[in-house]
Amino acid sequence: MKLPAVMSADGARPRLRWEQLLTPLTFLAITAALVLMPAERSGWNFDRTISFLTVFATFVAIYALLTLGLNVQWGYTGVFNFGVMAFFLVGANVAAIIAKPPATTEFVEYVGGFGDKLDFIPVLGSEQWLPFLVGVLGAAVFCGVLAFLLSIPALRLREDYLAIATIGIAELLRRVTIEERGLVNGTRGLPGIPRPLSDGIPTQWGRLWDEPDEYKFVILLIASVVLILVFIAVERGIRSPWGRVLRALREDELATAASGKNVFGFKSQGFVLGAMIIGVGGAIYAYANSAISPDTFTHFFGTFIFWAMLMVGGSGNNKGAIMGAYVVWGLWTITLQLQGYTPAHPGPLGFAIPDAVQSRIFFIRDFLLGALIVVVLLLRPQGLVPEERRVSIWVERHARRLRRRGPAPAEQAGSPSD
Amino acid sequence: MATIEAAYDRLRDRIRPLGDQLVLVALWLFFLVFGTWAILTQTDAFAVGVVTGSILALGAIGLTLIYGVLKFAHFAHGDSMMLAGYVAFFALTGTVVGERTDTQPLPWSLSDLPGATDSILDFSFGYGLLIAMAVAAVVMALVFTGLDRLVYRPLRRRGSGIVIFAMASLGIAIAMRSLMLIFWASSPRFYKPGPRHTTDLPFDVRVVTDQFFIFFAAILLALLIYLLLFRTKLGKAMRAFADNPDLAQVSGINTDQIVTWTWIIGGALVAVAGVLLALQSQLKPELGFVLLLPLFAATILGGIGSPQGAFVGGMIIGISQEVAVTFGFISPGYKFSVAFVILIFILLLRPRGLFGAKT
Repeated sequence: MKLPAVMSADGARPRLRWEQLLTPLTFLAITAALVLMPAERSGWNFDRTISFLTVFATFVAIYALLTLGLNVQWGYTGVFNFGVMAFFLVGANVAAIIAKPPATTEFVEYVGGFGDKLDFIPVLGSEQWLPFLVGVLGAAVFCGVLAFLLSIPALRLREDYLAIATIGIAELLRRVTIEERGLVNGTRGLPGIPRPLSDGIPTQWGRLWDEPDEYKFVILLIASVVLILVFIAVERGIRSPWGRVLRALREDELATAASGKNVFGFKSQGFVLGAMIIGVGGAIYAYANSAISPDTFTHFFGTFIFWAMLMVGGSGNNKGAIMGAYVVWGLWTITLQLQGYTPAHPGPLGFAIPDAVQSRIFFIRDFLLGALIVVVLLLRPQGLVPEERRVSIWVERHARRLRRRGPAPAEQAGSPSD
Repeated sequence: MATIEAAYDRLRDRIRPLGDQLVLVALWLFFLVFGTWAILTQTDAFAVGVVTGSILALGAIGLTLIYGVLKFAHFAHGDSMMLAGYVAFFALTGTVVGERTDTQPLPWSLSDLPGATDSILDFSFGYGLLIAMAVAAVVMALVFTGLDRLVYRPLRRRGSGIVIFAMASLGIAIAMRSLMLIFWASSPRFYKPGPRHTTDLPFDVRVVTDQFFIFFAAILLALLIYLLLFRTKLGKAMRAFADNPDLAQVSGINTDQIVTWTWIIGGALVAVAGVLLALQSQLKPELGFVLLLPLFAATILGGIGSPQGAFVGGMIIGISQEVAVTFGFISPGYKFSVAFVILIFILLLRPRGLFGAKT
């Protein structure tokens, strides 16, 4: 990978000052806007602000999961997947039809529906968590198998051909969900997906939470726990010898093949793992949102936005992927808040958005996101949190031990990128 | 052992070109048999397919030139076609969406020229649309060269990989689509709404008269591009550059000039293709991205960098799509998947396409 211009190979030239401030300033600006805008609009109502932020954080965690999956595919393995939507869609739909009870009315048709059968484990009322566990695992397995089948022909293609092929696959799956009405209810989507642990955990002091006021914290907790687990798993995996092969593949396939690695095998493993993570993200999305609609799974929302998150955050860095999800979804949500400042109800200092902008604020937001990715590619291709130099956990552990013993050796201060 | 392996290698080297030729012959045979069958049994659909195909062909020629010279997949091509259609729409009718979703015509537009909307022959449009098409061509050429200066050239100078270019063009595609939505909203637009004249052809084929114009305009433009590429010095330089950029450069070909001309020609082609597409069906911002699959299928089927290939590829994709839907192979919702299936087969069987050069 080529070094960005500001970072010389020997690390001698100091980085520019604004570059160091860019990431914290972006983070602070977005956080400030996210806290202050709903607070101001709700008349400094604490509960409503917290409620807004909780829902926001839940979706950041879900999108961060999806971006992590894409990061495994592109950031670490170098597989150019332009069809994130395919796995997002499959994960969400599989999870939904596993957890839902069977279809009863003629207006809602879908296959599956095992939710009411999965209540045979007498712990905590298993209909409250078992269908969802099975749903998430089912989404991961389905996406994994799909990715494996796709990888057999697709991963032998050139990068740009692979991008076109994955767009085609995503479009095909999207059309299948819309055209085959009996599969997942066609254009109407799946409403009323049950939510995990929604009845509260019964204890001797009564139920631990009441729907729906306190439930939003539960779903945030679930999404965050899954995100943290996946994050740790991916971090460990990427620092292992297996992860090193993936990154070697990304940099130079021929050299990796020459050192005796099965190029196709490793690439396919990275692709499948990423797809499974995206599937899990889709599953949690379906449960958090409680309804899915084919309108969600477009090339823009299902694929492009996750690429934007990864590119803005910094591909090849899991923290970057999460940061990117936060920043992009933060900008996305802030524009929605801006919509509240109409000329009739101006905000502080008479701040208002004219009608002509109001009526097309969503399109303007899309435009800015498209422009943002171009600007990021031009001005900061490494993203907000650039990839770290990473060899293996053993080397890092050894380096830490050395550092504790005395001043850092010279090569520790070397370039942070490879 | 070594001799057996060497023998195997020799045999493989001998067989591989043979297999390659066989695949090529089989593909051609398949398309010819399919085409003949389609003409005989699905004449109506074939005629519509030729019209769609000629539009796709124009788009694909532009795409293949950009792909060949600049060496990256231009993901903004479909949205550029749509944008060009809207630019022509704007020039012709002066319509933009106002504060909400109401449309507001500007005080003056091309349709205010005397007789600009009077029908030529039995077509649904007057000379105003032809001027609008020229305006769109100029605008798109400017947009493409401007984007090259702003975005692609800095990326090229930095030596970015094809993936970065693809991402940048995807970002531009999204921005273009949003611009169309901002200025003209998402409802479908037509250059002239209402019923159109039809013409009866022999063999009980009835076509919309506009489709003659679409077909002949596309053929004419494709011929002009052919002459430009194969009969002028600029075309020779472009082909040389596409073939081997380093060799072209040391032979004294001005790289920047070639790149600029590629974008200008690509912009003009995109504009005409977009206007013809809008004339054939409608203007709708969402259609741009869906167009990518048939466009890329046509380009890869023909062989990247080969304009004749792109033309043939566009025709094959257009005809297959229409015939497959009319014959009832697939429901209309899966129309695009024809292009996708052809694309996958070509990528697996013969990635360099029907006319592609050996790499």
